[in-house]
Amino acid sequence: MNIDNRPHTPEKWRFRFVYGIALLLFFIAGGRLFYLTAVDNAFLKNQGEIRAVRTEAIPATRGMILDRRGEPLAVSTPTWTIIANPRVLWNVPVDVEKKTGPEEEIKRLAEVMGVGRAWLQERFEANKSRSFMYLRRQIPPTEADSIMAANVVGVSKTKEYKRFYPAGEVAAHVVGFTNIDDKGQEGIELAFDTALEGVSGRRSFVKDLSGNIISGIGVDQTERPGENIELSIDLRLQYLAYRELKAAVTEHRATSASAVILDVKTGEILAMVNQPSYNPNDRAVLEYEDLRNRAVIDLFEPGSTMKPFTVSAALMSGQYTTETKIDTSPGHMRFGRFTIRDARNYGVIDFEELLIKSSNVGASKIALSLPQDAVWNMDYELGMGSPVGIGFPGEASGVLPSHPKWHPSEIATLSYGYGLSVSTLQLAQAYMALGNGGYRVPVTIFKQDVPAQGKQIIPNKVAQDVVEMLEAVVQKGSGRTAQIPGYRVAGKTGTVHKVGSKGYEYDQYIALFAGLAPASDPRLAMVVMINDPKGREYYGGEVAAPVFSRVMEGALTTLNIYPDLPEGLREVRISPKKPPYQVVHGG
Amino acid sequence: MKDSLYKRVIAFTNARLWQLVHVDVLLVSALMILVTGGLFILYSASGQNIDMVERQIFRLTLGLGVCLALAQLQPKYLRRASPLLFVFLALLLIGVLLFGVGAKGAQRWLALPGGLRFQPSEFMKIVMPMMIAWYFSDRQLPPSFKQILVVIALIFIPVLMIAKQPDLGTSLIVAVSGLFVLFLAGLGWRYIIGAAALAPIGGYVLWQFMHGYQRQRVLTFLNPESDPLGSGWNIIQSKTAIGSGGIDGKGWLEGTQAQLDFLPESHTDFIIAVLAEEFGLLGCAALLLAYFLVIARGLFIAANAEDNYARLLAGSLTLTFFVYMFVNIGMVSGILPVVGVPLPLVSYGGTSIITIMATFGILMSIQTHKRAR
Repeated sequence: MNIDNRPHTPEKWRFRFVYGIALLLFFIAGGRLFYLTAVDNAFLKNQGEIRAVRTEAIPATRGMILDRRGEPLAVSTPTWTIIANPRVLWNVPVDVEKKTGPEEEIKRLAEVMGVGRAWLQERFEANKSRSFMYLRRQIPPTEADSIMAANVVGVSKTKEYKRFYPAGEVAAHVVGFTNIDDKGQEGIELAFDTALEGVSGRRSFVKDLSGNIISGIGVDQTERPGENIELSIDLRLQYLAYRELKAAVTEHRATSASAVILDVKTGEILAMVNQPSYNPNDRAVLEYEDLRNRAVIDLFEPGSTMKPFTVSAALMSGQYTTETKIDTSPGHMRFGRFTIRDARNYGVIDFEELLIKSSNVGASKIALSLPQDAVWNMDYELGMGSPVGIGFPGEASGVLPSHPKWHPSEIATLSYGYGLSVSTLQLAQAYMALGNGGYRVPVTIFKQDVPAQGKQIIPNKVAQDVVEMLEAVVQKGSGRTAQIPGYRVAGKTGTVHKVGSKGYEYDQYIALFAGLAPASDPRLAMVVMINDPKGREYYGGEVAAPVFSRVMEGALTTLNIYPDLPEGLREVRISPKKPPYQVVHGG
Repeated sequence: MKDSLYKRVIAFTNARLWQLVHVDVLLVSALMILVTGGLFILYSASGQNIDMVERQIFRLTLGLGVCLALAQLQPKYLRRASPLLFVFLALLLIGVLLFGVGAKGAQRWLALPGGLRFQPSEFMKIVMPMMIAWYFSDRQLPPSFKQILVVIALIFIPVLMIAKQPDLGTSLIVAVSGLFVLFLAGLGWRYIIGAAALAPIGGYVLWQFMHGYQRQRVLTFLNPESDPLGSGWNIIQSKTAIGSGGIDGKGWLEGTQAQLDFLPESHTDFIIAVLAEEFGLLGCAALLLAYFLVIARGLFIAANAEDNYARLLAGSLTLTFFVYMFVNIGMVSGILPVVGVPLPLVSYGGTSIITIMATFGILMSIQTHKRAR
């Protein structure tokens, strides 16, 4: 049978039609590929890169915090952090014979980590859909290696820096600390966080679907390590001050205390210590109160320690000379229902005696004879009522109330240091200016090569006269306990009633000593503030001045400052004073 | 020696020798270009697994053997064997449903002694058009309504059996290969329009029969971004791979999507995405050109075939091959749902290479056994 001869063979057009359709579809497929590769390309190309190319931050090493001699106060040490990708781990195929599967991995991991298997499994289950989870943070390399050796699927390690504070609690308030993510939380670490942390770099690499790094592409941006910050602190002085302050706080059962040592010429803070303190390396137990950098935050009324400035204001007015006598009898003064008292009737005294005896009536009388805002101006010019401006977080400005019309009692109280509040640092700043011939330079926490420009607040002559008077205070007045063998010391004690919720507390005091040494040409200014000593002794001369003496002696010798009272060395050595550094352990 | 290159090529391809060994030089050349290029892509797509490439070469060689062997066979023997083969395969398909073995929830194979496996549905792709072409070979065309009903039954009984395994991709290919014959034989336009009108209903019925994962594929096709990490993953990754290739590609073995395991099934169904990523638009164009040569030669053979059987069979087989290619490219590039059709002769895969090469054996048989006019 020859079917070719049949009238109805398949029509030729059907074949042509089908060919046409096929050709059309060919172009559709080709066109689609063309569209995807050449037209829609930019988006998809990028998508491909997004999938495979990952970027990762290269952490910049945090800058060190150093003392003025290069001793480290805060350093970053490289540690390892173990992280896990729970999603990858849960995707491990279960094979009963070969003993593989997520649970087996977790079991192995629990063993090397030394944790409970159930607990670990729970954590992995809770983070099942996540691809990131911390297992251990900031552990030493050996520990990290032992965990990594178990080769658990989805577990990897990454470098992290851990902050270490070699000076511990001694410099804790100055240096501050960072949190586990290396962000500054307190002190210099917080105040200068940006400079310290540097700029992290970026590195990109190719990852496959399981997150394994296939190849590094390169460094897009190199990291810039954080800057080192060189503080003006001298760690030797800091240690000394801390130890003595802590000993005094323990001995006198004080609530808190601060001490500040300033370089009179440069305005640099050489030491700044507080009690209570904390260990920045172990912050598991931390009282919020312990974090306070009291030297710049806590305010108190400076009391008698302000009298030298009242005397300065008087000498500057031209109404008084160092020889001028003031009649303080009968030892009290009345302003309405408010009475100013001296300890007893000192009678007619000169300025030096006024300071030695710390006569409130004398200071008040001088102040009242001056223009009404003369004392206020003096205090203001010395930095009371304004922040010191060293850039510390929470720095207090203090309170120095100004009155358009001064009531005599207001002038009087200000003259002997009440009615204003200052921080330890502010008080030290004022003494620093006095010690520097009345020339006040800005206080700084950073090491200075050249002293910054300052301002003459008190004429040089007046300042020198007042320092001389303060030397007499230490020689024969309330500040005798501040004496240092071999050095002339100028200073003033203060014992102020604490302010409670209902006015002044009559059994709570703040013991103060503010002083300068060596008095012949002051180099260091130091203020010791001891809050609420609960022992039998509470006077500034009993509680604060001995701390000053011990610390200042150590500081002067440490800094190789030439003794300006060589004969005093012999004299004092035979006195039955406690040896300077024999203090309670643990300081 | 004065002859142009073109003339010498024509002379070479028409050489008497090729007629004697029943080889169609143009078809075989086009196939060789396609297959050789495919091996390079496979090497990259398999993650540079040379073992896989060797196994593929083995299969292609085997397929080429089957192809050359079938070419020796006169078309009339094929025609006579068609109904027998069809019935035999239909019985095997019943066997698969009853005793078949399989993997991943699909039951597609018959276990043979000696650990071998046999997939009857794969052979149905060839036997179906043979059967329908045989049915029309001594009947008057265009087919009557009764004949159409018979043919529809012949097509859909095995198709449903394959779909039940379940193997949607193969069942569609088998259905299409049979329907091509019916269409080429002269199916009236009324029926085509009628079928088109019934398509939505058929679609609904099909939907009811679909397995969950098959429905998911269709839904994913309609909106791949709806589930980018689940069922949309395949298509999004493959589109990304294709798109990221650009004009000239990232270079051989340099594609990130393919080499880093982002692209699933990169050596089987999604192999063209690897090509596109690494060789770009130019690579795609070359691949399409190779397919075009193969398909054009197949359609030429069909158009010039000697009798209805040969013409219908050659036309259907070539078009089925084309559908293979089109469906694969369509699904990988996101214009068709992911139905699991490999890229013919390029994707790594067992039986399909043999059956496709067998297809070309039949085409060569049809072309080289023509009586001289």
